Amino acid sequence: MASSERVNFKNPVIKWVDERLPLFSLMHKEYAAFPTPKNFNYLWNFGALAMFMLVAMIATGVFLAMYYTPSTDHAFNSVERIMRDVNWGWMIRYIHMNGASMFFIAVYVHIFRGIYYGSYKKPRELLWILGVIILLLMMATAFMGYVLPWGQMSFWGATVITNLFSAIPLVGDKIVTWLWGGFSVDNPTLNRFYALHYLLPFVIFAVVFLHVAALHISGSNNPTGIDPKSAKDTVPFHPYYTAKDCFGLTVFLIFYALVVFYAPNALGDPDNYIPANPMVTPAHIVPEWYFLPFYAILRSFVWDIHIPFTHVVLISSKLGGVILMFGAVAMLLILPWLDKSPVRSAMFRPLYKKLFWVFVVACLVLGYIGGKPPEQPYVFIGQIATFVYFAFS
Amino acid sequence: MADQPSRPADDHDDERRDFLTLTAGAMAGVGACCVAWPLVQSMNPAADVLALASTEVDLSQVKEGQSITVVWRGKPVFIRRRTQAEIDEARAVPESDLKDPQSDQDRVKQSNFSGQDMPQWLVMIGVCTHLGCVPLGQKPTDPHGNYDGWFCPCHGSQYDSSGRIRQGPAPKNLEIPPYQFTDANHVKIG
Repeated sequence: MASSERVNFKNPVIKWVDERLPLFSLMHKEYAAFPTPKNFNYLWNFGALAMFMLVAMIATGVFLAMYYTPSTDHAFNSVERIMRDVNWGWMIRYIHMNGASMFFIAVYVHIFRGIYYGSYKKPRELLWILGVIILLLMMATAFMGYVLPWGQMSFWGATVITNLFSAIPLVGDKIVTWLWGGFSVDNPTLNRFYALHYLLPFVIFAVVFLHVAALHISGSNNPTGIDPKSAKDTVPFHPYYTAKDCFGLTVFLIFYALVVFYAPNALGDPDNYIPANPMVTPAHIVPEWYFLPFYAILRSFVWDIHIPFTHVVLISSKLGGVILMFGAVAMLLILPWLDKSPVRSAMFRPLYKKLFWVFVVACLVLGYIGGKPPEQPYVFIGQIATFVYFAFS
Repeated sequence: MADQPSRPADDHDDERRDFLTLTAGAMAGVGACCVAWPLVQSMNPAADVLALASTEVDLSQVKEGQSITVVWRGKPVFIRRRTQAEIDEARAVPESDLKDPQSDQDRVKQSNFSGQDMPQWLVMIGVCTHLGCVPLGQKPTDPHGNYDGWFCPCHGSQYDSSGRIRQGPAPKNLEIPPYQFTDANHVKIG
Protein backbone atom coordinates (compact mmCIF):
# COMPACT_ATOMS: atom_id res chain seq x y z
CA MET A 1 0.00 0.00 0.00
CA ALA A 2 2.26 2.73 1.27
CA SER A 3 5.58 0.95 0.89
CA SER A 4 6.51 2.98 -2.17
CA GLU A 5 5.59 6.24 -0.48
CA ARG A 6 7.59 6.07 2.72
CA VAL A 7 7.81 9.22 4.73
CA ASN A 8 11.30 10.10 5.89
CA PHE A 9 10.75 10.32 9.65
CA LYS A 10 13.34 12.15 11.74
CA ASN A 11 12.75 10.33 14.99
CA PRO A 12 15.12 7.28 14.84
CA VAL A 13 12.74 4.97 16.74
CA ILE A 14 9.81 5.80 14.44
CA LYS A 15 12.11 5.47 11.44
CA TRP A 16 13.34 2.06 12.65
CA VAL A 17 9.78 0.76 13.12
CA ASP A 18 8.51 2.32 9.90
CA GLU A 19 11.20 0.64 7.79
CA ARG A 20 10.11 -2.75 9.13
CA LEU A 21 6.36 -2.14 9.37
CA PRO A 22 5.20 1.05 7.63
CA LEU A 23 2.48 1.89 10.13
CA PHE A 24 3.53 5.50 10.53
CA SER A 25 3.73 6.02 6.77
CA LEU A 26 0.27 4.53 6.44
CA MET A 27 -1.15 6.81 9.13
CA HIS A 28 0.50 9.78 7.49
CA LYS A 29 -0.91 8.92 4.09
CA GLU A 30 -4.46 8.10 5.23
CA TYR A 31 -4.96 10.57 8.07
CA ALA A 32 -2.54 13.44 7.56
CA ALA A 33 -1.78 14.04 3.91
CA PHE A 34 -5.07 12.49 2.69
CA PRO A 35 -6.49 15.08 0.25
CA THR A 36 -10.00 16.18 1.23
CA PRO A 37 -12.34 18.60 -0.57
CA LYS A 38 -12.09 21.99 1.05
CA ASN A 39 -15.80 22.80 0.98
CA PHE A 40 -17.10 20.36 3.65
CA ASN A 41 -19.90 21.66 5.85
CA TYR A 42 -20.50 20.51 9.43
CA LEU A 43 -22.55 17.52 8.26
CA TRP A 44 -19.23 15.95 7.31
CA ASN A 45 -18.34 15.70 11.01
CA PHE A 46 -20.72 12.89 11.73
CA GLY A 47 -18.69 10.02 10.28
CA ALA A 48 -15.86 10.81 12.66
CA LEU A 49 -18.36 11.25 15.50
CA ALA A 50 -19.80 7.81 14.77
CA MET A 51 -16.32 6.32 14.83
CA PHE A 52 -15.64 8.00 18.15
CA MET A 53 -18.89 6.56 19.54
CA LEU A 54 -17.92 3.05 18.43
CA VAL A 55 -14.66 3.31 20.34
CA ALA A 56 -16.42 4.81 23.38
CA MET A 57 -18.98 1.99 23.38
CA ILE A 58 -16.32 -0.71 23.19
CA ALA A 59 -14.25 0.95 25.93
CA THR A 60 -17.14 1.36 28.40
CA GLY A 61 -18.61 -2.01 27.43
CA VAL A 62 -15.47 -3.90 28.37
CA PHE A 63 -15.60 -2.47 31.90
CA LEU A 64 -19.32 -3.17 32.27
CA ALA A 65 -18.68 -6.76 31.18
CA MET A 66 -16.38 -7.20 34.17
CA TYR A 67 -19.40 -6.86 36.50
CA TYR A 68 -22.35 -8.05 34.45
CA THR A 69 -23.71 -11.58 35.01
CA PRO A 70 -25.55 -13.12 32.03
CA SER A 71 -28.10 -15.23 33.86
CA THR A 72 -31.84 -14.70 34.21
CA ASP A 73 -31.49 -14.92 38.00
CA HIS A 74 -28.70 -12.37 38.31
CA ALA A 75 -28.70 -10.13 35.23
CA PHE A 76 -31.09 -7.46 36.54
CA ASN A 77 -29.44 -7.36 39.97
CA SER A 78 -25.92 -7.28 38.55
CA VAL A 79 -26.86 -4.18 36.52
CA GLU A 80 -28.37 -2.58 39.64
CA ARG A 81 -25.16 -3.41 41.48
CA ILE A 82 -23.17 -1.64 38.76
CA MET A 83 -25.46 1.35 39.28
CA ARG A 84 -25.25 1.43 43.08
CA ASP A 85 -22.11 -0.30 44.36
CA VAL A 86 -19.44 -0.44 41.68
CA ASN A 87 -17.07 2.55 41.72
CA TRP A 88 -18.20 4.95 38.99
CA GLY A 89 -20.40 2.13 37.72
CA TRP A 90 -23.41 4.44 37.36
CA MET A 91 -21.42 6.75 35.10
CA ILE A 92 -19.90 4.02 32.98
CA ARG A 93 -23.31 2.47 32.47
CA TYR A 94 -25.05 5.76 31.68
CA ILE A 95 -22.28 6.57 29.19
CA HIS A 96 -22.77 3.17 27.56
CA MET A 97 -26.57 3.23 27.66
CA ASN A 98 -26.90 6.75 26.23
CA GLY A 99 -23.91 6.10 23.99
CA ALA A 100 -26.12 3.79 21.94
CA SER A 101 -28.49 6.71 21.30
CA MET A 102 -25.62 9.06 20.50
CA PHE A 103 -24.16 6.48 18.12
CA PHE A 104 -27.49 6.24 16.29
CA ILE A 105 -27.90 10.03 16.17
CA ALA A 106 -24.46 10.35 14.58
CA VAL A 107 -25.10 7.49 12.15
CA TYR A 108 -28.59 8.66 11.13
CA VAL A 109 -27.32 12.19 10.41
CA HIS A 110 -24.42 10.60 8.50
CA ILE A 111 -26.89 8.55 6.41
CA PHE A 112 -29.25 11.44 5.68
CA ARG A 113 -26.25 13.53 4.68
CA GLY A 114 -25.24 10.75 2.27
CA ILE A 115 -28.76 10.67 0.80
CA TYR A 116 -29.01 14.45 0.45
CA TYR A 117 -25.66 14.90 -1.27
CA GLY A 118 -25.83 11.71 -3.34
CA SER A 119 -22.83 10.13 -1.65
CA TYR A 120 -24.11 6.68 -2.65
CA LYS A 121 -23.66 7.29 -6.36
CA LYS A 122 -20.92 5.91 -8.56
CA PRO A 123 -18.08 5.30 -7.69
CA ARG A 124 -19.14 5.07 -4.01
CA GLU A 125 -21.79 2.30 -4.24
CA LEU A 126 -19.73 -0.26 -2.34
CA LEU A 127 -18.77 2.33 0.26
CA TRP A 128 -22.49 3.01 0.76
CA ILE A 129 -23.37 -0.70 0.97
CA LEU A 130 -20.68 -1.26 3.59
CA GLY A 131 -22.30 1.59 5.52
CA VAL A 132 -25.74 -0.07 5.35
CA ILE A 133 -24.13 -3.31 6.59
CA ILE A 134 -22.70 -1.35 9.52
CA LEU A 135 -26.20 0.00 10.23
CA LEU A 136 -27.63 -3.54 10.24
CA LEU A 137 -24.87 -4.78 12.56
CA MET A 138 -25.46 -1.80 14.84
CA MET A 139 -29.16 -2.59 15.01
CA ALA A 140 -28.46 -6.20 15.95
CA THR A 141 -25.89 -5.17 18.55
CA ALA A 142 -28.08 -2.47 20.08
CA PHE A 143 -31.07 -4.81 20.23
CA MET A 144 -29.09 -7.55 22.01
CA GLY A 145 -27.49 -5.04 24.35
CA TYR A 146 -30.92 -3.78 25.36
CA VAL A 147 -31.92 -7.33 26.34
CA LEU A 148 -29.00 -7.77 28.77
CA PRO A 149 -30.37 -5.79 31.79
CA TRP A 150 -33.31 -8.25 31.75
CA GLY A 151 -36.00 -5.72 32.57
CA GLN A 152 -39.56 -5.93 31.30
CA MET A 153 -38.80 -4.12 28.05
CA SER A 154 -35.67 -6.23 27.56
CA PHE A 155 -37.65 -9.43 27.83
CA TRP A 156 -40.66 -8.37 25.79
CA GLY A 157 -38.59 -6.57 23.18
CA ALA A 158 -36.58 -9.75 22.73
CA THR A 159 -39.79 -11.78 22.50
CA VAL A 160 -41.36 -9.55 19.88
CA ILE A 161 -38.25 -9.19 17.72
CA THR A 162 -37.28 -12.88 17.77
CA ASN A 163 -40.88 -13.73 16.94
CA LEU A 164 -40.51 -11.74 13.71
CA PHE A 165 -38.73 -14.79 12.35
CA SER A 166 -41.79 -16.97 12.97
CA ALA A 167 -43.39 -15.12 10.05
CA ILE A 168 -41.11 -17.02 7.66
CA PRO A 169 -43.27 -19.69 5.97
CA LEU A 170 -42.73 -23.39 6.87
CA VAL A 171 -39.52 -23.16 8.91
CA GLY A 172 -40.35 -20.02 10.92
CA ASP A 173 -41.18 -21.74 14.22
CA LYS A 174 -38.10 -23.96 14.04
CA ILE A 175 -35.90 -20.93 13.47
CA VAL A 176 -37.40 -19.15 16.47
CA THR A 177 -36.81 -22.17 18.73
CA TRP A 178 -33.27 -22.30 17.43
CA LEU A 179 -32.74 -18.61 18.17
CA TRP A 180 -34.13 -19.04 21.69
CA GLY A 181 -32.45 -22.33 22.52
CA GLY A 182 -35.74 -23.24 24.16
CA PHE A 183 -39.48 -22.64 23.91
CA SER A 184 -39.46 -19.06 25.06
CA VAL A 185 -36.96 -16.27 25.62
CA ASP A 186 -35.04 -17.62 28.60
CA ASN A 187 -31.60 -18.20 30.06
CA PRO A 188 -30.04 -19.74 26.91
CA THR A 189 -31.28 -16.75 24.92
CA LEU A 190 -29.76 -14.26 27.37
CA ASN A 191 -26.43 -16.08 27.33
CA ARG A 192 -26.11 -16.14 23.56
CA PHE A 193 -27.19 -12.51 23.26
CA TYR A 194 -24.43 -11.57 25.67
CA ALA A 195 -21.83 -13.52 23.67
CA LEU A 196 -22.97 -11.87 20.44
CA HIS A 197 -23.27 -8.42 21.99
CA TYR A 198 -19.60 -8.69 22.90
CA LEU A 199 -18.59 -10.07 19.50
CA LEU A 200 -20.50 -7.85 17.05
CA PRO A 201 -18.85 -4.51 17.93
CA PHE A 202 -15.54 -5.97 16.78
CA VAL A 203 -17.19 -7.11 13.56
CA ILE A 204 -18.51 -3.56 13.18
CA PHE A 205 -15.00 -2.30 13.77
CA ALA A 206 -13.72 -4.49 10.93
CA VAL A 207 -16.46 -3.31 8.55
CA VAL A 208 -15.78 0.31 9.54
CA PHE A 209 -12.15 -0.32 8.57
CA LEU A 210 -13.32 -1.51 5.13
CA HIS A 211 -15.75 1.45 4.93
CA VAL A 212 -12.88 3.89 5.55
CA ALA A 213 -10.55 1.97 3.20
CA ALA A 214 -13.18 2.23 0.43
CA LEU A 215 -13.62 5.93 1.21
CA HIS A 216 -9.91 6.48 0.80
CA ILE A 217 -9.99 4.85 -2.64
CA SER A 218 -12.75 7.06 -4.08
CA GLY A 219 -12.10 10.08 -1.86
CA SER A 220 -14.78 12.03 -0.01
CA ASN A 221 -17.86 13.46 -1.66
CA ASN A 222 -18.61 17.13 -0.93
CA PRO A 223 -21.67 19.41 -0.78
CA THR A 224 -21.60 20.19 -4.50
CA GLY A 225 -21.32 16.54 -5.47
CA ILE A 226 -18.70 17.51 -8.03
CA ASP A 227 -15.35 15.80 -7.68
CA PRO A 228 -12.35 18.05 -6.98
CA LYS A 229 -10.67 18.87 -10.27
CA SER A 230 -7.18 19.51 -9.02
CA ALA A 231 -5.02 19.69 -5.93
CA LYS A 232 -6.19 23.30 -5.55
CA ASP A 233 -9.67 22.06 -4.61
CA THR A 234 -8.41 19.94 -1.73
CA VAL A 235 -6.65 20.39 1.58
CA PRO A 236 -4.75 17.77 3.58
CA PHE A 237 -6.88 16.06 6.22
CA HIS A 238 -4.49 17.17 8.94
CA PRO A 239 -4.60 19.80 10.36
CA TYR A 240 -7.70 21.13 8.56
CA TYR A 241 -10.26 18.42 9.21
CA THR A 242 -8.68 16.95 12.32
CA ALA A 243 -9.21 20.40 13.83
CA LYS A 244 -12.75 20.71 12.49
CA ASP A 245 -13.63 17.18 13.67
CA CYS A 246 -12.22 18.01 17.12
CA PHE A 247 -14.43 21.09 17.31
CA GLY A 248 -17.47 19.09 16.18
CA LEU A 249 -16.62 16.38 18.68
CA THR A 250 -16.42 18.91 21.51
CA VAL A 251 -19.90 20.26 20.74
CA PHE A 252 -21.22 16.71 20.41
CA LEU A 253 -19.61 15.67 23.70
CA ILE A 254 -21.18 18.64 25.52
CA PHE A 255 -24.58 17.47 24.33
CA TYR A 256 -23.74 13.86 25.22
CA ALA A 257 -22.54 14.87 28.70
CA LEU A 258 -25.71 16.90 29.30
CA VAL A 259 -27.78 13.81 28.54
CA VAL A 260 -25.59 11.49 30.64
CA PHE A 261 -25.48 13.74 33.68
CA TYR A 262 -28.82 15.56 33.62
CA ALA A 263 -31.26 13.31 31.77
CA PRO A 264 -29.74 9.83 31.67
CA ASN A 265 -33.11 8.08 31.50
CA ALA A 266 -34.91 10.52 29.23
CA LEU A 267 -34.42 8.28 26.19
CA GLY A 268 -35.10 5.00 27.99
CA ASP A 269 -38.33 3.36 29.06
CA PRO A 270 -39.12 3.27 32.80
CA ASP A 271 -40.58 -0.23 32.39
CA ASN A 272 -37.06 -1.55 31.94
CA TYR A 273 -36.42 -0.91 35.63
CA ILE A 274 -38.98 -3.60 36.42
CA PRO A 275 -37.40 -7.08 36.43
CA ALA A 276 -38.47 -9.28 33.50
CA ASN A 277 -41.69 -11.22 34.06
CA PRO A 278 -42.59 -13.76 31.34
CA MET A 279 -46.21 -13.87 32.56
CA VAL A 280 -47.05 -10.17 32.21
CA THR A 281 -46.68 -8.10 29.05
CA PRO A 282 -46.27 -4.37 29.67
CA ALA A 283 -49.21 -2.27 28.48
CA HIS A 284 -47.21 -0.75 25.61
CA ILE A 285 -44.15 -2.46 24.24
CA VAL A 286 -42.04 0.29 22.78
CA PRO A 287 -38.56 -0.19 21.34
CA GLU A 288 -35.78 2.34 21.84
CA TRP A 289 -36.29 5.54 19.85
CA TYR A 290 -33.83 4.58 17.13
CA PHE A 291 -36.01 1.63 16.11
CA LEU A 292 -39.36 3.44 16.23
CA PRO A 293 -39.70 4.22 12.48
CA PHE A 294 -39.07 0.57 11.62
CA TYR A 295 -41.47 -0.55 14.36
CA ALA A 296 -44.17 1.71 12.92
CA ILE A 297 -43.63 0.18 9.46
CA LEU A 298 -43.96 -3.29 10.97
CA ARG A 299 -47.30 -2.41 12.49
CA SER A 300 -48.71 -0.56 9.49
CA PHE A 301 -49.37 -3.71 7.43
CA VAL A 302 -52.69 -5.05 8.71
CA TRP A 303 -54.23 -6.82 5.72
CA ASP A 304 -53.72 -10.32 4.37
CA ILE A 305 -52.98 -10.55 0.67
CA HIS A 306 -55.18 -13.27 -0.82
CA ILE A 307 -55.15 -15.03 -4.12
CA PRO A 308 -58.06 -13.17 -5.75
CA PHE A 309 -61.56 -14.59 -4.99
CA THR A 310 -60.28 -17.31 -2.64
CA HIS A 311 -59.38 -17.62 1.01
CA VAL A 312 -55.85 -18.82 0.26
CA VAL A 313 -53.56 -16.38 2.01
CA LEU A 314 -50.50 -15.51 -0.03
CA ILE A 315 -48.90 -13.12 2.41
CA SER A 316 -50.30 -12.82 5.91
CA SER A 317 -50.39 -9.42 7.55
CA LYS A 318 -47.65 -10.62 9.90
CA LEU A 319 -45.30 -11.66 7.10
CA GLY A 320 -46.19 -8.52 5.18
CA GLY A 321 -45.17 -6.28 8.05
CA VAL A 322 -41.91 -8.13 8.47
CA ILE A 323 -41.12 -8.03 4.74
CA LEU A 324 -41.90 -4.32 4.70
CA MET A 325 -39.67 -3.64 7.70
CA PHE A 326 -36.67 -5.48 6.29
CA GLY A 327 -37.53 -3.97 2.92
CA ALA A 328 -37.07 -0.52 4.46
CA VAL A 329 -33.42 -1.34 5.05
CA ALA A 330 -33.03 -3.30 1.80
CA MET A 331 -34.24 -0.18 -0.01
CA LEU A 332 -31.16 1.61 1.29
CA LEU A 333 -28.94 -1.20 0.00
CA ILE A 334 -30.14 -0.80 -3.59
CA LEU A 335 -30.46 2.99 -3.45
CA PRO A 336 -27.40 3.53 -5.71
CA TRP A 337 -29.29 1.78 -8.52
CA LEU A 338 -32.79 3.14 -7.77
CA ASP A 339 -31.63 6.70 -8.27
CA LYS A 340 -30.62 7.00 -11.90
CA SER A 341 -29.91 10.72 -11.97
CA PRO A 342 -26.34 11.57 -13.00
CA VAL A 343 -26.37 14.59 -10.66
CA ARG A 344 -25.21 13.79 -7.16
CA SER A 345 -26.02 16.65 -4.86
CA ALA A 346 -29.56 17.79 -4.03
CA MET A 347 -28.18 21.34 -4.35
CA PHE A 348 -28.72 21.01 -8.10
CA ARG A 349 -31.88 18.83 -8.00
CA PRO A 350 -34.82 21.03 -6.92
CA LEU A 351 -37.49 18.32 -7.05
CA TYR A 352 -35.27 15.76 -5.33
CA LYS A 353 -34.53 18.33 -2.66
CA LYS A 354 -38.24 18.70 -1.87
CA LEU A 355 -38.80 14.94 -1.93
CA PHE A 356 -35.84 14.48 0.39
CA TRP A 357 -37.50 16.65 3.02
CA VAL A 358 -40.81 14.83 2.53
CA PHE A 359 -38.86 11.63 3.19
CA VAL A 360 -37.27 13.07 6.34
CA VAL A 361 -40.70 14.14 7.61
CA ALA A 362 -42.09 10.67 6.82
CA CYS A 363 -39.29 9.11 8.87
CA LEU A 364 -39.97 11.45 11.79
CA VAL A 365 -43.72 10.78 11.59
CA LEU A 366 -43.04 7.05 11.56
CA GLY A 367 -40.82 7.50 14.59
CA TYR A 368 -43.60 9.35 16.40
CA ILE A 369 -46.22 6.77 15.40
CA GLY A 370 -43.97 3.90 16.47
CA GLY A 371 -44.01 5.25 20.01
CA LYS A 372 -47.80 5.44 20.18
CA PRO A 373 -50.24 2.68 21.13
CA PRO A 374 -51.67 0.69 18.19
CA GLU A 375 -54.92 2.65 18.02
CA GLN A 376 -56.53 4.92 15.48
CA PRO A 377 -55.73 7.49 14.21
CA TYR A 378 -52.10 6.54 14.72
CA VAL A 379 -52.38 3.38 12.64
CA PHE A 380 -53.73 5.23 9.62
CA ILE A 381 -51.13 8.01 9.82
CA GLY A 382 -48.46 5.30 10.10
CA GLN A 383 -49.76 3.66 6.93
CA ILE A 384 -49.57 6.92 5.01
CA ALA A 385 -46.04 7.58 6.23
CA THR A 386 -44.98 4.04 5.31
CA PHE A 387 -46.35 4.60 1.84
CA VAL A 388 -44.42 7.82 1.53
CA TYR A 389 -41.24 6.13 2.73
CA PHE A 390 -41.37 3.55 -0.02
CA ALA A 391 -42.70 5.87 -2.67
CA PHE A 392 -39.67 8.05 -2.11
CA SER A 393 -37.36 5.14 -2.62
CA MET B 1 7.72 -32.47 -9.63
CA ALA B 2 11.31 -32.03 -10.63
CA ASP B 3 12.10 -35.67 -11.23
CA GLN B 4 9.14 -36.29 -13.53
CA PRO B 5 9.45 -35.59 -17.21
CA SER B 6 7.41 -32.50 -17.96
CA ARG B 7 4.57 -33.13 -20.33
CA PRO B 8 3.30 -30.55 -22.73
CA ALA B 9 0.12 -28.99 -21.37
CA ASP B 10 -2.72 -30.27 -23.50
CA ASP B 11 -6.50 -30.17 -23.18
CA HIS B 12 -6.52 -33.48 -21.35
CA ASP B 13 -4.18 -32.10 -18.69
CA ASP B 14 -6.37 -29.01 -18.20
CA GLU B 15 -9.45 -31.17 -17.71
CA ARG B 16 -7.57 -33.23 -15.14
CA ARG B 17 -6.56 -30.07 -13.27
CA ASP B 18 -10.15 -28.78 -13.31
CA PHE B 19 -11.42 -32.11 -12.04
CA LEU B 20 -8.90 -32.13 -9.19
CA THR B 21 -9.70 -28.54 -8.23
CA LEU B 22 -13.44 -29.17 -8.26
CA THR B 23 -13.29 -32.41 -6.26
CA ALA B 24 -10.88 -30.91 -3.74
CA GLY B 25 -13.12 -27.86 -3.42
CA ALA B 26 -16.22 -30.01 -3.03
CA MET B 27 -14.54 -32.10 -0.31
CA ALA B 28 -13.48 -28.95 1.52
CA GLY B 29 -17.08 -27.70 1.29
CA VAL B 30 -18.45 -30.96 2.70
CA GLY B 31 -15.87 -30.75 5.48
CA ALA B 32 -16.85 -27.17 6.30
CA CYS B 33 -20.52 -28.16 6.50
CA CYS B 34 -19.64 -31.10 8.79
CA VAL B 35 -17.87 -28.71 11.14
CA ALA B 36 -20.66 -26.12 10.96
CA TRP B 37 -23.44 -28.60 11.75
CA PRO B 38 -22.58 -29.27 15.43
CA LEU B 39 -22.04 -25.55 15.99
CA VAL B 40 -25.41 -24.62 14.50
CA GLN B 41 -27.10 -27.55 16.24
CA SER B 42 -25.66 -26.50 19.61
CA MET B 43 -27.97 -23.49 19.56
CA ASN B 44 -31.10 -25.67 19.55
CA PRO B 45 -32.77 -26.52 22.89
CA ALA B 46 -30.49 -28.61 25.13
CA ALA B 47 -31.53 -31.95 26.59
CA ASP B 48 -32.52 -30.52 29.97
CA VAL B 49 -34.65 -27.85 28.30
CA LEU B 50 -36.39 -30.52 26.22
CA ALA B 51 -36.99 -32.70 29.27
CA LEU B 52 -39.59 -30.31 30.70
CA ALA B 53 -42.26 -32.01 32.74
CA SER B 54 -45.91 -31.63 31.98
CA THR B 55 -48.03 -29.43 34.24
CA GLU B 56 -51.01 -30.70 36.21
CA VAL B 57 -53.63 -28.17 37.23
CA ASP B 58 -56.38 -28.35 39.86
CA LEU B 59 -59.54 -26.81 38.41
CA SER B 60 -61.81 -27.18 41.44
CA GLN B 61 -61.23 -23.62 42.60
CA VAL B 62 -62.04 -22.01 39.28
CA LYS B 63 -65.56 -20.60 39.22
CA GLU B 64 -67.66 -19.92 36.15
CA GLY B 65 -66.45 -16.76 34.43
CA GLN B 66 -63.00 -17.02 36.01
CA SER B 67 -59.65 -17.53 34.33
CA ILE B 68 -56.36 -18.78 35.66
CA THR B 69 -52.88 -18.62 34.13
CA VAL B 70 -50.42 -21.47 34.62
CA VAL B 71 -46.87 -21.91 33.37
CA TRP B 72 -46.02 -24.62 30.89
CA ARG B 73 -42.63 -24.75 29.12
CA GLY B 74 -41.91 -21.22 30.29
CA LYS B 75 -45.05 -19.91 28.61
CA PRO B 76 -48.34 -18.84 30.14
CA VAL B 77 -51.33 -21.13 29.54
CA PHE B 78 -54.79 -19.59 29.88
CA ILE B 79 -57.48 -21.78 31.41
CA ARG B 80 -60.92 -20.19 31.36
CA ARG B 81 -64.18 -21.54 32.67
CA ARG B 82 -66.53 -19.88 30.27
CA THR B 83 -70.07 -18.73 30.93
CA GLN B 84 -72.90 -20.08 28.78
CA ALA B 85 -73.22 -16.64 27.19
CA GLU B 86 -69.60 -16.76 26.06
CA ILE B 87 -69.99 -20.25 24.63
CA ASP B 88 -73.17 -19.24 22.78
CA GLU B 89 -71.47 -16.14 21.44
CA ALA B 90 -68.52 -18.13 20.16
CA ARG B 91 -70.74 -20.76 18.54
CA ALA B 92 -73.00 -18.21 16.85
CA VAL B 93 -70.18 -16.81 14.71
CA PRO B 94 -70.27 -18.09 11.11
CA GLU B 95 -66.90 -19.53 10.13
CA SER B 96 -66.80 -17.31 7.06
CA ASP B 97 -66.29 -14.36 9.41
CA LEU B 98 -63.08 -15.83 10.77
CA LYS B 99 -59.55 -15.11 9.66
CA ASP B 100 -58.38 -18.56 10.78
CA PRO B 101 -61.61 -20.58 10.43
CA GLN B 102 -62.13 -23.07 13.25
CA SER B 103 -65.33 -23.98 15.09
CA ASP B 104 -65.60 -23.51 18.82
CA GLN B 105 -66.34 -27.24 19.12
CA ASP B 106 -62.90 -28.00 17.68
CA ARG B 107 -61.22 -25.85 20.30
CA VAL B 108 -62.57 -27.63 23.40
CA LYS B 109 -62.32 -31.26 24.49
CA GLN B 110 -64.25 -34.19 25.82
CA SER B 111 -63.31 -35.38 29.24
CA ASN B 112 -61.13 -38.48 29.03
CA PHE B 113 -62.64 -39.88 32.09
CA SER B 114 -66.37 -39.37 31.58
CA GLY B 115 -66.59 -38.90 27.82
CA GLN B 116 -68.64 -35.73 28.36
CA ASP B 117 -68.20 -32.60 26.34
CA MET B 118 -66.65 -29.87 28.45
CA PRO B 119 -67.31 -26.74 26.40
CA GLN B 120 -66.93 -24.51 29.44
CA TRP B 121 -63.19 -25.21 29.68
CA LEU B 122 -61.02 -23.34 27.25
CA VAL B 123 -57.31 -24.18 27.48
CA MET B 124 -54.96 -22.13 25.31
CA ILE B 125 -51.35 -21.01 25.17
CA GLY B 126 -51.53 -17.39 26.26
CA VAL B 127 -49.15 -16.12 23.64
CA CYS B 128 -50.31 -13.84 20.85
CA THR B 129 -49.70 -15.51 17.48
CA HIS B 130 -48.47 -12.22 16.08
CA LEU B 131 -45.22 -11.56 17.91
CA GLY B 132 -45.51 -13.44 21.17
CA CYS B 133 -46.90 -10.99 23.72
CA VAL B 134 -49.25 -12.16 26.47
CA PRO B 135 -52.74 -10.88 25.62
CA LEU B 136 -54.80 -9.16 28.31
CA GLY B 137 -58.23 -10.45 29.33
CA GLN B 138 -57.57 -12.91 32.12
CA LYS B 139 -58.79 -10.52 34.81
CA PRO B 140 -62.31 -9.06 34.78
CA THR B 141 -60.77 -5.57 34.85
CA ASP B 142 -58.58 -6.21 31.78
CA PRO B 143 -59.60 -4.99 28.34
CA HIS B 144 -61.29 -7.83 26.45
CA GLY B 145 -61.41 -6.30 22.98
CA ASN B 146 -64.59 -6.03 20.92
CA TYR B 147 -65.28 -9.79 20.99
CA ASP B 148 -65.44 -10.55 24.74
CA GLY B 149 -62.16 -12.38 24.69
CA TRP B 150 -58.57 -11.21 24.81
CA PHE B 151 -56.78 -8.11 23.64
CA CYS B 152 -53.08 -7.99 22.85
CA PRO B 153 -51.64 -4.66 23.98
CA CYS B 154 -48.58 -4.88 21.75
CA HIS B 155 -50.08 -4.55 18.30
CA GLY B 156 -53.79 -4.53 18.93
CA SER B 157 -54.87 -8.08 18.01
CA GLN B 158 -58.29 -9.06 19.34
CA TYR B 159 -59.40 -12.60 20.14
CA ASP B 160 -62.99 -13.73 20.76
CA SER B 161 -64.43 -15.81 23.60
CA SER B 162 -63.08 -18.92 21.88
CA GLY B 163 -59.57 -17.43 21.56
CA ARG B 164 -59.94 -17.01 17.80
CA ILE B 165 -58.33 -14.09 16.02
CA ARG B 166 -60.93 -11.56 14.95
CA GLN B 167 -59.11 -8.31 14.35
CA GLY B 168 -55.54 -7.04 14.16
CA PRO B 169 -52.26 -8.31 12.76
CA ALA B 170 -52.12 -11.79 14.35
CA PRO B 171 -52.47 -14.50 11.68
CA LYS B 172 -53.80 -17.41 13.78
CA ASN B 173 -56.08 -18.32 16.66
CA LEU B 174 -54.50 -18.74 20.10
CA GLU B 175 -52.81 -22.12 20.05
CA ILE B 176 -54.30 -25.09 21.91
CA PRO B 177 -51.63 -27.08 23.78
CA PRO B 178 -51.79 -30.86 24.10
CA TYR B 179 -53.81 -31.58 27.25
CA GLN B 180 -56.26 -34.00 28.78
CA PHE B 181 -58.67 -34.10 31.69
CA THR B 182 -57.43 -36.69 34.15
CA ASP B 183 -60.56 -36.50 36.34
CA ALA B 184 -63.45 -34.10 36.92
CA ASN B 185 -61.24 -31.48 38.51
CA HIS B 186 -57.79 -31.94 37.00
CA VAL B 187 -56.20 -31.22 33.66
CA LYS B 188 -52.74 -32.29 32.56
CA ILE B 189 -50.98 -30.03 30.06
CA GLY B 190 -48.19 -31.46 27.92
